Amino acid sequence: MTTCNYDPASLPDLLPLYYRRLFPFSQYYRWLNYGGVTKNYFQNREFSFTLRDDIYVRYQSFSNQSELEKEMHKLNPYKIDIGAVYSHRPNQHSTVKSGTFQALEKELVFDIDMTDYDDVRSCCSAADICSKCWTLMTIAIRILDRALRVDFGFRHCLWVYSGRRGVHCWVCDDSARRLPVAARSAVCEYLSLVKGGEETVKKVQLSDPLHPFIKESLAVVEHYFTQYAVLGQDILGSREWGSSMGLNSVAQVRKDLLSYFQTEKNPVKRWERLKTLVNQRRSTSKKGVHAEKEIMLQYCYPRLDVNVSKGVNHLLKSPFSVHPKTGRISVPIDLRELDKFDPFEVPTVSLICEELDHSKREEDDEEAKENEKAAGERRRIRDYKRTSLAKYIKVFDNFLDGLERSRRGELLQKSDLQKDF
Amino acid sequence: MQFSRKRKVFSSAQVEYGHCLQLYGQPPLENITLAEFETFAVERLKLLKTVENLGVSFVKGSEDYQKKLSSEITNLNFPYKTEANDDRKQLTGPTEYEKRRKDHISHFILRLAYCQTEDLRRWFIQQEMDLFRHRFSDLPPKYKTEFLHRNDLQYDTISPDEKEGLMEKLVSSTYTVSGATVKEQDFYKVPFQDALDLVRLRKVFLRQGYAYIPHQDIVTIVLNDFRTRLSKALALTARSLPVVQSDERLQPLLSHLSHAYVGQDYSIQKNIGKVSLEQIDPLSAKSFPLCMRQLHRALREQHHLRHGGRMQYGLFLKGIGLTLDQALQFWRAEFVKGKVDADKFDKAYAYSIRHMFGKEGKRTDYTPYSCMKVILSNPPSQGDYQGCPFRHSDPELLKQKLQSYKVSQAGILQILELVKGMHYQLACQKYFELTHNIEDAGFSLNHPNQYFAESQRLLTGGKEVKREADAPPPRGGQSVRAPDALQDKPANPKQASAEITEDLDSLFQDD
Ligand code: SF4
Ligand SMILES: [Zn+2]
Repeated sequence: MTTCNYDPASLPDLLPLYYRRLFPFSQYYRWLNYGGVTKNYFQNREFSFTLRDDIYVRYQSFSNQSELEKEMHKLNPYKIDIGAVYSHRPNQHSTVKSGTFQALEKELVFDIDMTDYDDVRSCCSAADICSKCWTLMTIAIRILDRALRVDFGFRHCLWVYSGRRGVHCWVCDDSARRLPVAARSAVCEYLSLVKGGEETVKKVQLSDPLHPFIKESLAVVEHYFTQYAVLGQDILGSREWGSSMGLNSVAQVRKDLLSYFQTEKNPVKRWERLKTLVNQRRSTSKKGVHAEKEIMLQYCYPRLDVNVSKGVNHLLKSPFSVHPKTGRISVPIDLRELDKFDPFEVPTVSLICEELDHSKREEDDEEAKENEKAAGERRRIRDYKRTSLAKYIKVFDNFLDGLERSRRGELLQKSDLQKDF
Repeated sequence: MQFSRKRKVFSSAQVEYGHCLQLYGQPPLENITLAEFETFAVERLKLLKTVENLGVSFVKGSEDYQKKLSSEITNLNFPYKTEANDDRKQLTGPTEYEKRRKDHISHFILRLAYCQTEDLRRWFIQQEMDLFRHRFSDLPPKYKTEFLHRNDLQYDTISPDEKEGLMEKLVSSTYTVSGATVKEQDFYKVPFQDALDLVRLRKVFLRQGYAYIPHQDIVTIVLNDFRTRLSKALALTARSLPVVQSDERLQPLLSHLSHAYVGQDYSIQKNIGKVSLEQIDPLSAKSFPLCMRQLHRALREQHHLRHGGRMQYGLFLKGIGLTLDQALQFWRAEFVKGKVDADKFDKAYAYSIRHMFGKEGKRTDYTPYSCMKVILSNPPSQGDYQGCPFRHSDPELLKQKLQSYKVSQAGILQILELVKGMHYQLACQKYFELTHNIEDAGFSLNHPNQYFAESQRLLTGGKEVKREADAPPPRGGQSVRAPDALQDKPANPKQASAEITEDLDSLFQDD
């Protein structure tokens, strides 16, 4: 594991190197500029930086890539957040007439954080994660990505590891970026199945008929459930299994299980039994017929931080920002390799700086010959390619290519339409 | 529209009202007297307030809701579906014609009064939409179709083949639809953004960004159209408002109208500085509503509250009279007992406390949350203690909690019954009555701070608290007073900045 050699105290030394040599500025700009189709789209975008000692600067904005670079080289932010595209340049927000400075657009974003699953994972709690509970994030991505693409028709969903204990999703389609608050919150509600706070035990309630979205989501959960929940978390092994699953409402099932569990210790068999009992009820009573599905969803269904998604002007940690506590880079996740994604393999800033350092010595002389900005850019590409960051930047590149292709398609369509008239 | 002091003069341009329901496309052209102007406006306002009240006490669209709303419409002489069945000849007859005219004119008068701020607009649109939904849904099918034709509302339908292919999905996406009825009715295909109410509730099939809406739910799309038109129209009206406002006869009337529905917002602190920090513990047991008692307890136990809880509880405390200094002291003392040290508190949390008191950022002075806001917006999720216990707790847990607060068994049953019927505020009021040993609270609860004020009034003999009557009074046996929709959200220009600063606070949350 690579975190062991990351020391938060070294951050002030590593960040300058990271931003100077490794941070993928050109891709970053290519992303947020969105082809330059809308005027001032990049210029009116809010960035905010967290500096040393939790000093927090909001409403930063930049005219172009090089201005952004310069500022980041100067400030070496501990954390970068991305906000909305505003009606005016955010860095001039205090000079515009009050009320006219407004957030206009932003990617539709989702934030899933492992702490929100504390009541249903026994392996870790709070900020800790392990490879066991990481399955929850895999499930979350599968379920949401499917729904965003198939149900809502979005095509450009960028999934990013937060650097510590969760994932973010940036839906970048034009139509998604333009969604008003009401639509964002409706999408969130559509996607939320687990409801209730500390005062609710049974957080999933299903009723007939099951919406296709729920069926699709269940299919995803089913794929992981036995391995992850029944065996991995041993959810039927804990003392309070009955009440924490909300089985109190189906007392008979609970009773039957209790006696069965006396002799049967095998978790998979226990779970099978529970399913059978619930299914048997189906013919006799309406109550609790979905109990086993509700349990599956309660334990595995993604838990969204709705507030982050609803607001157009809400900030979210940027891809390729460093997590100051773990040192890990917030990297895009390749969905084709999702099941293999391992958060503990994500490089830390100290690792990639070290990797760079190794390869650097050999060519210090070469470099001296090159100059100018273009050379700097070329060098940076060469630089990151030597580190374990490379494969994640590749994922990002692919994502950007996809965006570009759609944009070209749309432009073509538009010009075709114009010809028609 | 022209207004005259003289007797009513109809201009020759009489409007034809061909349908009992309208989209209010054309403003009225006739002259009307100031007296009629006022009556119309007040009566429509009454109707809209009823709409709002009913929406709080009943499930929208439920039988009770429909019955009560229908009878109010009839009482106030607004057009109602029954007359739509009348013989066509009667449509220009005095009664029905007068009603439709009143519907038309009164709507436009309130547009004038309610176009001025984002909040007023939002309130007005919401009530007009609920009213429209009710009236449209109640129309016989034939009149619905006629309404669509008359107003040129056309939506794309899907082909029988496509329907066949999606049959199973359409059936399971739409509650009351069976295979047979899917075959019979048209399905409309609209961008999901145009059917948010159905999307939100997952009551519609979605594919590739389109919602497939059965004819029976067409009201959703029509309503979306209605909303779009109305909000555009209000924006336009707002621009022409200066002219209207310069009319010294109308100005006071309009401003009165727009203030009429606002209840007490508890932002003006009459009691400021009258509560000491030591009193909070005993007060929380005696006079706090359950929502605040729960937050208080969680704070004492966890030495922390997440953003939503801090806002709900912090503003409540401000409302009962804590000063900024007291609030800072109170939160700091509790937080430092937990994982936050004083330095971190000052950096990360003090800002948001000052912000609640309007001392930071754009200096928006936040008002304490009303029950509506607590119940409807920002429901608690994992790790949260905010919200309304009557709405957001498991009934089983609520029962235990009430038991531990020594509420009688019979009382608990009554409360749970109200909760089951989704009358959360009434349940809370029942709890108030039971815990204060009175028969009838004598007020309709719509605000946690009101709960506190009423409780203190009873316990200390009514020295401190004044109540404001809000006009017009509820009718038709309504026991729940208009909730303060207005104060819930700051006006838009303000809102933008308020949201910004609020986010800032939540950024400092727990990552
Ligand atoms: S009804 Fe209102 S005052 Fe009572 S608990 Fe709920 S939110 Fe609080
Ligand atoms: Zn774990």
